[in-house]
Amino acid sequence: MWKDLFVQRKYATLKVTKKNDFIKDENVSTDNIDVDMFTKCPSCGEILINMDLDKNLKVCLKCNHHFRIGSKERIDITFDKDSIEYFDTNMKSLNPLGFPGYSEKLKSLSKSLGINEAVVTGRGKIEGIDVCFGVMEPNFIMGSMGSVVGEKLSRMFERAIEMKLPVIVFCASGGARMQEGMLSLSQMAKVSAAVKKHSNKGLLYISVITDPTTGGVTASFASLGDIIIAEPKATIGFAGRRVIEQTIKQKLPLEFQTSEFMLEHGFIDMIADRNKMKETLHNILKIHMGVKGNE
Amino acid sequence: MNDVDIKIKEIDEKIKKIKDFMNSSGIDLSGEIESLNQKKNELIKSLNPKSPWEIVQIARQKSRPNYEDYINGIIDSFIEFHGDRSFRDDAAIVGGIGFIDKFPVTFISHAKGKNIEENVKRNFGSPHPEGYRKALRLMKQAEKFKRPVVCFIDTSGAYCGVGAEERGQGEAIARNLLEMSDLKTPIISVVIGEGGSGGALALGVADRVFMLENAIYSVISPEGCASILLKDSGRANEAANYLKLTSRDLLELKVIDGIIKEPSGGAHNDAELTAKNVKSVLIDALNELTKMDVNDLVEKRYDKIRSIGVFLE
Repeated sequence: MWKDLFVQRKYATLKVTKKNDFIKDENVSTDNIDVDMFTKCPSCGEILINMDLDKNLKVCLKCNHHFRIGSKERIDITFDKDSIEYFDTNMKSLNPLGFPGYSEKLKSLSKSLGINEAVVTGRGKIEGIDVCFGVMEPNFIMGSMGSVVGEKLSRMFERAIEMKLPVIVFCASGGARMQEGMLSLSQMAKVSAAVKKHSNKGLLYISVITDPTTGGVTASFASLGDIIIAEPKATIGFAGRRVIEQTIKQKLPLEFQTSEFMLEHGFIDMIADRNKMKETLHNILKIHMGVKGNE
Repeated sequence: MNDVDIKIKEIDEKIKKIKDFMNSSGIDLSGEIESLNQKKNELIKSLNPKSPWEIVQIARQKSRPNYEDYINGIIDSFIEFHGDRSFRDDAAIVGGIGFIDKFPVTFISHAKGKNIEENVKRNFGSPHPEGYRKALRLMKQAEKFKRPVVCFIDTSGAYCGVGAEERGQGEAIARNLLEMSDLKTPIISVVIGEGGSGGALALGVADRVFMLENAIYSVISPEGCASILLKDSGRANEAANYLKLTSRDLLELKVIDGIIKEPSGGAHNDAELTAKNVKSVLIDALNELTKMDVNDLVEKRYDKIRSIGVFLE
């Protein structure tokens, strides 16, 4: 019995750094592994091969966690290839309040992300059906809405009125952009007014809410779609979770302010997985055009 | 530009140079910057007798006139109406009908209390979604009966709580913005105290937006801004400078249409006189707006909202 305890077992030692502690195979040396090949799912911890993850539209193959994606990827997976015409690509933010650090932030972000602002607008096709669109960029100052985001979206709605086209907006935003003060807050009214004008013409507006959509964007165009669709488990809310917890001095349950919570409380029409989104949008558009089946 | 403006600009340039030097050399000169900033603030003060932070304090004065003072001072035969017809009556918003001079109006206001009992009842003027839905119901009623709508804004913000989220705070505010943008009757909004973010804007989409001289209107509270961007809520004073939340700043940025004068020291020094000043501005605006064709009115309102923003193309 005691003897067993002292039996020398054979162990393989692994050189595992904290960043890539996913290497389990003892025959693989960690030195030659390209860390950029793998991503750890923040929800279930599964180690995913990036190629597989990309093929699955950045959705975890194990737990269906929807990773945040940028505007470029969103456009690629939603609209028909080569169908896109972009609007107002040269519009840029200024620093109208002289807010410290803002100009520098704008400059470095447009350089690193290759886009000028937190929304990309344009016109494109979904399975051959023409729509105008806005896709927010969650990586650009948290997708926050300043003058440019408000102006680009409003112009896009106005162009959709001229062209008599439906609008689809993919929302992802932390809300109004603090660095532009009241000018940012006013954009909520501006875009909402444009939504109303578009709506008055009998045109369809679909709002697609993705993670995260909060604050001034929830309190304006994100909540104003004729049809509102959300990706699974996206954070959707008005006030920030921490702010509420501080106000009520209680911890909030995990499911608070998620897509599922919003569906239950009647504020969105449906939840659609990313790999079904294009099909869902296409089906809705077809019914609105009175096109049945594959005509 | 006057002399002081030029001096401020020079200081800004100096600060920028020092910052560039700091970045390239790695030498810490933040003390220098701080003293320059101090100089700058003093210059700003000499231009504007009160600093933004001082104005924030006046706007939040407990004794500052509230909805009740204005109803008493401005509106004849006021009758209050209650409820959103869906969930409950939210006492953080007061609404009803009455006369301003010869004009029958629908009056809607955030309602801050003046003592703790009233503030508990009125949730310190922070509405839940049903408050905004009550406001919208009364606005739609005003549209039906062709009454102008007068909204008074006085809230630190829409309430942040579980019930508010469950009942769709975001949706309620959004719906007001959308409906107010083409409500077929004149809308006038006046920021009387604090205009806190989306919860204020939900009563602020209007043909004319006025601010009392010492009122504030901001995308976020100075404390909130300081804690997020400056990582220190104690620097609210500084954040108040950056946010451009005073009536003068917002007139310059074309967010508002006019400033209503307050008695010296602030509205709390003479509520009656303040109400009188507000009333005369409202009567002028009502005279002008009620004469307009309603379709023109709505179109002009759209153009006005549409034109706010600063960008480069």
